[in-house]
Amino acid sequence: MAKEQVIRPAKKRSEKQAYLFILPQMILLFVLVILPVLYSFVLAFCDWDFVSGIENIKFVGLGNFTAMWKDQKFVRSFFNTIVFVAGVVPVSMGLSLVIAIILDRHVFCKGVLRLGFFIPYISSIVAVSIVWSFIFNPTQGPINGFLTRIGIANPPGWLTESKWALISLMIVSIWQALGYCIVIYLGGLQNVPEDLYDAAKIDGAGAWQQFFKITIPMISPTTFFLLITRVIQSFQIFAPIRVLTNGGPGYSTNVLVFYMYENAFQYYKMGYASAVAWVMFVIIMIITVIQWRGQKKWVSY
Amino acid sequence: MKHLFPIAKKSKQFMTKAVLTAVMFFFVYLMIFPLLWMVSSSLKSGKEVFGNPFRWLPETFQWSNYAKVWNNKYYPFGRMFMNSTIVVVISITLMLGISSLAAYAFAKMEFKGRNAFFFCFLATMMIPTQLLLIPRFIIFNSLGLYNTLQALVVCHLVNVLSVFLLRQQFVSIPQELSEAACIDGAGHFTILMRIMVPLAKPAFLSLLILSFVWFWNDYENPLIFIRSKELYTIPLGLQVYKDDFAAQYELMMAGSTIAIVPILIVFMFFQKYFIAGLSSGGVKG
Repeated sequence: MAKEQVIRPAKKRSEKQAYLFILPQMILLFVLVILPVLYSFVLAFCDWDFVSGIENIKFVGLGNFTAMWKDQKFVRSFFNTIVFVAGVVPVSMGLSLVIAIILDRHVFCKGVLRLGFFIPYISSIVAVSIVWSFIFNPTQGPINGFLTRIGIANPPGWLTESKWALISLMIVSIWQALGYCIVIYLGGLQNVPEDLYDAAKIDGAGAWQQFFKITIPMISPTTFFLLITRVIQSFQIFAPIRVLTNGGPGYSTNVLVFYMYENAFQYYKMGYASAVAWVMFVIIMIITVIQWRGQKKWVSY
Repeated sequence: MKHLFPIAKKSKQFMTKAVLTAVMFFFVYLMIFPLLWMVSSSLKSGKEVFGNPFRWLPETFQWSNYAKVWNNKYYPFGRMFMNSTIVVVISITLMLGISSLAAYAFAKMEFKGRNAFFFCFLATMMIPTQLLLIPRFIIFNSLGLYNTLQALVVCHLVNVLSVFLLRQQFVSIPQELSEAACIDGAGHFTILMRIMVPLAKPAFLSLLILSFVWFWNDYENPLIFIRSKELYTIPLGLQVYKDDFAAQYELMMAGSTIAIVPILIVFMFFQKYFIAGLSSGGVKG
């Protein structure tokens, strides 16, 4: 019997090689993402304090989820997060749009100005938070120094007052992300063809009309992208709270991620904290889906 | 009568532009005021920081503040700077290597399920990292990675954006180039290293600077995975330092400046690529 010749077609060899090429990334993906997602999902239905070892994981069904809504601290952190997102996103987007429009074609030294606005965004959030805590210092800081000098008798206590603490954090967050929003908007504005404006001017359109009828619709994809991105980022706010207020004064600056962090790494309630993380994830997903649906209505391509 | 005075109209436009430029410069001043205040305070002596009246320049420049912070007995910023640098350099190198292999495969190689794999891979971008922190903590513990710098590096190695951008760049490289190399007997790996990577320089540079900024400023990962002071990176060290030495304002400001200045310097050179990278649709919080 003649020996059978097996010829390996080049494609087959390339296929094995392809799997090798994606192997490192896929292994890491599995260990760092897929496995944790599954693990965290299972944990969300359990009660576990980690230190007593893996044998002590107790299954509690929906217990974590029902306990959550009964915990005043959770409800407060949920509320704070919503307020934070609702405050930060519109303000940073509106402000940055105005600045971007001005920078786009109404100034000299556009590059230098853009850089100036952008520097806070690349600075370490920890360092920046610490600096702001000094600036917000109610008795000695420059802000209240300025306010008292212009005649305001009782300037806010900023980070030390529960009424103002969350607002102070919102200011820091808006300040830091402003540069990012401006840069994204500048990118979007650059893609608006000049001839549209020229045609409108010939037709007699004034500046405001040009703004509403041309600028806004033409940058709506950018606006949409920025909206989703900023909402997701703001939901995940954590570092300034950990550095500056640790959730206080009272629970006024406790937000979802911080609440989760406290429960996982200070109270060692791994199961409960995982449940909180999943609730946060689901909420972000829902909001993103709503925005996607909304896109069809008001984003023009 | 505007057409009779074209010069007047032009100079009016010039005036508006000039005024707006001045206004914008003032706003930029307000924007970077906190950072200017930080540098100014870092060079003052303790009581000058909140001195009344406020002065930009200190009486004498206290450069010793930086030495005190760098060689601090409890939280040596010099050590932390080194830790941060090690983590960032190794993370970027490994991350770019692993992503380019995967990106090349997704862009130019044929294999079963290629598109499905890529789509699922992209989908994982939607998963917030906070969801992964607790299980990673547990997994790293059992792998013996807790309280190591390796843990921080590993966390940075899954970068969906990197694979996405590189694949996009590779796809845009004409097929003829790789075909010509094939005829000359080059294998996939050679094609990747000799042709694809050099031609994808803009994408690599964008990813380099984006990752540099993101990895250097990373706070959440060290917070969870590092416990020993000798292994602190700068953001974590800075935060813990603040908890213990909050009253030494000038030293806090020196530490903060150390955290920010390296990034600023590197950023100046790669500005263009950073912004290009951001605009191609990627961002981390």
